[in-house]
Amino acid sequence: MAKTFKFELVSPEKLVISGNATQVVVPGSEGAFAVLPGHAPVMSTLKPGVLDITMDGEAETRIFVRGGFAEGGPESLTVLAEQAIPMAELDAAALAEEVRNAEDDVKDARDDETRARASERLDHLRQLQGSL
Amino acid sequence: MPSLKDLRNRIASVTATQKITKAMQMVAAAKLRRAQAHAESARPYAERMDVVLANLSAAMRGREGAPRLMVGTGDDKVHLLIVCTAERGLCGGFNSSIVRLARDHANRLIAQGKQVKILCVGKKGQDQLKRLFSRYILDTISLREVKRLAFSDARNIGDRVLAMFDAGEFDVATVFFSRFKSVIAQIPTAQQVIPANVPEIEAGEGAGSAYEYEPDEADILADLLPRNISVQIFRALLENAASEQGARMSAMDSATRNAGEMIDKLTLSYNRQRQAQITKELIEIISGAEAL
Repeated sequence: MAKTFKFELVSPEKLVISGNATQVVVPGSEGAFAVLPGHAPVMSTLKPGVLDITMDGEAETRIFVRGGFAEGGPESLTVLAEQAIPMAELDAAALAEEVRNAEDDVKDARDDETRARASERLDHLRQLQGSL
Repeated sequence: MPSLKDLRNRIASVTATQKITKAMQMVAAAKLRRAQAHAESARPYAERMDVVLANLSAAMRGREGAPRLMVGTGDDKVHLLIVCTAERGLCGGFNSSIVRLARDHANRLIAQGKQVKILCVGKKGQDQLKRLFSRYILDTISLREVKRLAFSDARNIGDRVLAMFDAGEFDVATVFFSRFKSVIAQIPTAQQVIPANVPEIEAGEGAGSAYEYEPDEADILADLLPRNISVQIFRALLENAASEQGARMSAMDSATRNAGEMIDKLTLSYNRQRQAQITKELIEIISGAEAL
């Protein structure tokens, strides 16, 4: 049996996943990183993206997460996400709607900072749309 | 002395009322179970958030540039009270007890010469507060159309509070809600959310310093604190939803019991009067027969 660590994905509404995982790829705000057992303690915010979870003895699960952060150590990883939707349930139409919203945000942004933030978000969403 | 017909009517109307309160009690019981499960499933998120924030703030302690959401504006002149109540009545003292707590708090602040602003979440709170504090009430957020409380509802409120904070409209924000302890006990609670009330961790547990932060602590904290406001509000709303149903359930239970007692009493006097009337008629017939 491969080495595992405790993994939890929590959204404000419920505990989405809890169990032992062998590898999780986290879409960190400064680049995606994979967490394996024995990872150095890390804390990172998330960008909208896909969480690739390999649970012990199971096929890979892909879950779309948005807004939140990940906290990891050698034996555990906790991801707190404001939204967590399994990729299977994510439909292209909903995503297109999100992209449209983000586009509006970019247009409506009044100062540079909010515009930069909104366009960054738009990029993430476009990327995600591409990967679907 | 009410006539037989009056009594019959009253018994019928009390019975109808009892049916309604009984139905409401059962509905509240079903809703309570759901609300409780909902509140429970939200708990892990809030707990994790607390731990992480405690770690981060421990790491940030004593350093320059801590976010304003944590240290406050350095002032406490203007207080914002976020009063969360139900949208509907008929739930015993639930709304009144939250409002009473908020009212006492507001009166105390006003006596100290502070400025008070009130944001009502839920119609009932506004109804009760507007008599005394109508000029302090900024607005009322109604969750009447919301069937199942989602995080986005709390986030909308949170965003609004944050926008006000950024605009410098208040210094301290406190949320008033009712904590769900059990079906018969709900505790009205005041919780300060801005500046954030971060739980202290023991000095020995300085695990926070070993973390690799990505980006650095200050940025993460700046990202997390606004989120935490929404989480706190969400938690308050969920606790409130469970408390409301609990309070309604016990209020309706005693209403049903009272209606039952009333029906018994009315039935007794109805029977007594019927008996009296029969006796009276008999006497009339007998004395009529004797007179012949």
